[in-house]
Amino acid sequence: MREVVVIGCGMTKFGELWKMSLRDIFVEAALKAIDDAGVDHIDSMYVGAMTPGLFVGQEHIGALMADYLGVAPVPAMRVESACCSGGMAMRTGFFEIASGYSDIVLVGGVEKMNDGADVTYALATAADQEYEVYQGVTFPGLYALIARAHMHRYGTTREQLAAVSVKNHHNGALNPNAQFPKEVTIDQVINATLVADPLTVLDSSPVSDGAACVILASADMVKKSKAAPVMIIGSGAATDAIALHSREDITALKAVKLSGEAAYKMAGVKPADIDLAEVHDCFTIAELCIIEELGFTEKGKGGLFTEQGNTALNGKIPVNTSGGLKSKGHPVGATGIAQVVEVVEQLRGSAGKRQVEKAQIGLTQNMGGSGASSVVHIFKI
Amino acid sequence: MPSPRYRREMPQRYRLEAAKCKKCGKFSFPPRLVCAGCGAKEFDNARISDTGTILSYTTIRVAPADFTEQVPYSIAIVESDNGIRVTTQVVDCKPEDLKIGKKVKFVFRKLYEEGRTGIICYGYKTVLV
Repeated sequence: MREVVVIGCGMTKFGELWKMSLRDIFVEAALKAIDDAGVDHIDSMYVGAMTPGLFVGQEHIGALMADYLGVAPVPAMRVESACCSGGMAMRTGFFEIASGYSDIVLVGGVEKMNDGADVTYALATAADQEYEVYQGVTFPGLYALIARAHMHRYGTTREQLAAVSVKNHHNGALNPNAQFPKEVTIDQVINATLVADPLTVLDSSPVSDGAACVILASADMVKKSKAAPVMIIGSGAATDAIALHSREDITALKAVKLSGEAAYKMAGVKPADIDLAEVHDCFTIAELCIIEELGFTEKGKGGLFTEQGNTALNGKIPVNTSGGLKSKGHPVGATGIAQVVEVVEQLRGSAGKRQVEKAQIGLTQNMGGSGASSVVHIFKI
Repeated sequence: MPSPRYRREMPQRYRLEAAKCKKCGKFSFPPRLVCAGCGAKEFDNARISDTGTILSYTTIRVAPADFTEQVPYSIAIVESDNGIRVTTQVVDCKPEDLKIGKKVKFVFRKLYEEGRTGIICYGYKTVLV
């Protein structure tokens, strides 16, 4: 396989972008990434999006975005794996260059969630329609089931869950692209409106519009780019049972563990080598489970590890320096690419007030549904 | 939902029909063509037992359109006495009555209505015993 590098990145602000359409949002992020990379053409593009059909009634967005970006007739397609559509698009573009077929690929992600759709219903299509959603369960509900089981088995506390939100809002407050760039307190998180007990609205990522794009290239192309290239040294993906109840252990995210192990193996690094990580904190409990599965701490210790400050900006392994899905926002298809944007900025040393000192190796982890799909990438400068 | 889609799932939703792998003994609910445990393709008929235990639970307070009239309602992952897990509502009780480890029994109930011209959707729920 050829070596693949990220040579440019760009994203929109995340939030309620009422004045912008699905296509406007994507094109803004894509133009920023192309400009950042300094390339004059792309060979192909992949667009991660979960369900533009349900959110705004638009499918076929690979061709739509190529058209409105002005790059048609380059090949373009949408990649879908629920909330890890962006991460899977990244992996698809990575392989296209690694294989030697293309030299420069644009990989993006986009979602327009605030256009009047039944968002709770649309997101629930990532679960088992016939045996979970039919019973009335929602995504906050599925993560609440994981949270309650985790608390029961490992003694994880309500305050430890809230600590994830407090940390991520602290980081997000330093990110100009964040949807909710403001601090919250443990008490505010715990006493906020319940969504699915024990999770409150401040345990939950918001409903967001936004897009993020990166330009991938073969390492041979680097001489032609103006930005410092960031190497992709590992890529791993895995799946698990679609229904949470079908998994052996409902507190475990097996796909996260396996996707992490595959990426570590390919990169030749260990969890202790990672300088910072962007992980899929769609709900506070998700971040705790993920840092356990990725090996940053032991199984069951995620709450304590977080409460002790190990995942804070100045901690042992800073997690979600961007503010994460919680504070930065979670336009589902865009999330996996926005994670890459943050890691690239950190490794380039251009993350401003969020900058992690001497960051050289970064990791992104993006997850679909209640953990039925997961993709991990590892980057090095 | 189109009526064929509703009708296809009736054996599971109305009668709790499952399948048991002839090779490794793992249950599938709903039945599948390939065993998730061992990959075998032959099954015996099986059925979820009438009672089970709560493995985890939550109370839904923000629901999709079909369920908004029912909030708050409680949902649990229940493991039946013969070892089959399902996601199901726990009804006829208060949210604070639920606990991990409590016993429940399966009952036949209306799940939701699709509106004036849609299907009235039935299936299993559970109640505390």
